[in-house]
Amino acid sequence: MSSAFELAAAIRAGEQSAVAAAETSFDTIDGRDEEIHAFLHLTKQRAHAQAEAVDKAVAAGQDPGPLAGVPIAIKDNMCTRGEPTTCSSKILEGWRPPYDATVIGRLEAAGAVIVGKTNLDEFAMGSSTENSAFGPTRNPRDTSRVPGGSSGGSAAAVAADFVPLSLGSDTGGSIRQPAALCGVVGVKPSYGAVSRYGLIAFASSLDQIGPFAHDVTDAALCLDVISGHDPRDATSIPTALTPTLPTVNDGVAGMRIGLIDELMADGIDDDVIARTNQAAEALIAAGATVERVSIPATIYGLAAYYLIAPAEASSNLARFDGVRYGHRVDGQNVAAMNVATRSAGFGDEVKRRIMLGTYALSSGYYDAYYGKAQRVRTLIADEFATAYEKFDLLLSPTSPSTAFEIGAKSDPMALYMCDVCTIPSNLAGHPAMSVPFGVGDDGLPVGVQVLAPMLEEAKMFRAAKALEDAAKGMS
Amino acid sequence: MSGEISRDEVAHVASLARLRLSDNELDTFTEQLCVVLETAAQLNSLDLSEVPPMAQPYPLTNVLRPDLIVPSLDRDEVLAQAPGAEDGRFRVPPALGEAP
Repeated sequence: MSSAFELAAAIRAGEQSAVAAAETSFDTIDGRDEEIHAFLHLTKQRAHAQAEAVDKAVAAGQDPGPLAGVPIAIKDNMCTRGEPTTCSSKILEGWRPPYDATVIGRLEAAGAVIVGKTNLDEFAMGSSTENSAFGPTRNPRDTSRVPGGSSGGSAAAVAADFVPLSLGSDTGGSIRQPAALCGVVGVKPSYGAVSRYGLIAFASSLDQIGPFAHDVTDAALCLDVISGHDPRDATSIPTALTPTLPTVNDGVAGMRIGLIDELMADGIDDDVIARTNQAAEALIAAGATVERVSIPATIYGLAAYYLIAPAEASSNLARFDGVRYGHRVDGQNVAAMNVATRSAGFGDEVKRRIMLGTYALSSGYYDAYYGKAQRVRTLIADEFATAYEKFDLLLSPTSPSTAFEIGAKSDPMALYMCDVCTIPSNLAGHPAMSVPFGVGDDGLPVGVQVLAPMLEEAKMFRAAKALEDAAKGMS
Repeated sequence: MSGEISRDEVAHVASLARLRLSDNELDTFTEQLCVVLETAAQLNSLDLSEVPPMAQPYPLTNVLRPDLIVPSLDRDEVLAQAPGAEDGRFRVPPALGEAP
């Protein structure tokens, strides 16, 4: 499949039709998604109407926008008006949102064609996409393996060439980790850079929407479309994000990059460390300087995250009470109906996190758990700030390992460990992205993570592009 | 912070969260939550007395908008998605009566 960038250019020039591009996408999905299970729902009618509108605009001499006719897949925790939006949970089965998320409107205004909704760990809680009420997604690179998670369906949809672009959401690594495991590019933008209106909330102080793509340029193209202020999201940053696409090829000459000590240590597989070291060498060869840097608080990120995220989730998921939307199990009074609905509607991991969060917020434990975790958050942000006095960007592995076998990690804590490299950026609110960089000893993709200070996406993309160019030279 | 949670506490937390757990679930969840809370206890080794808490990463405060009436969601469309609706309102079972 051609890149989003090339496809949009061909469609805008009238050399290719958007309707044909959508049909190609659906044919590819029909051919292999029974095996991969990236999609929960296809939006064929909506896609056809949008593709026709794009072709008509081109025929009339108008410009349908930078993503003209580009098929895109959407993680099923973003609202699409009139189309099922389940969060991979039985509790939302059958619900059709009465409105579109802001990102959906922005994509369609730029000419993109939404082809369907992708599988995720229920309510985005997980790192393998095994924890979906509608069954697991398989990794297109090796179907005995997980695609990572929680945005595993969106990562797999790009990796399997179903679509050139997709959107995911990242609360503790849910875009970057599956991108690494599926061998695609995945971006978590700065907190507040992309509107979350219509994203069903998991942990509101951490959640961010971002793109998956085959390459860094396509990811930049997509991020530039979806970012920007939205008055309907009170956490949306008032200033526009500096566009990333215009400078993506500017290189890293003179950049100072820090390789994070604590994420190149025990708990990270040797082959992943070797690839990350190679990535550092590639950046040096491209004109950057790379030095090791210690950010000790990152090792406390996991513990802080698994208090903060469940605490916020326990509050956000209180809205699923069988009253306004989704599934209801009847009871003799409202309270009994709430209990019956929630007990039947939520899966085990969601229940576990709701209980953990309720406990961490309960009277007598708030200061010891949630309050302490919030202080660790400051510690991590302060240490990042100190590091960024000396460095433009930071570098680390994205995931401690390559894709693991489906069913291999049944213990919750083993799965939580998958997020150790990605969590610190969410806690600090900073942007970070994963770029494929070679393969591990098992032949499966390895991703390296580029981390940047708040709102420095443009610089981050330049380094990511340099790594992508170097990785192409290796194979 | 003890880093541990008892079976009774898990049962209490479940009821606060409006969840009903079977005896088996209660055993499993208690064991699993203990492991997570033991990991969380790592934070006890840090002296955080001088560190202020961070509630969210980008310090926007007092986000206001002009007090103008703008179109909102269509009521019928919203109610059509509810498990129960009547006379333009959400319909629920009686709110009064015995707690579960």
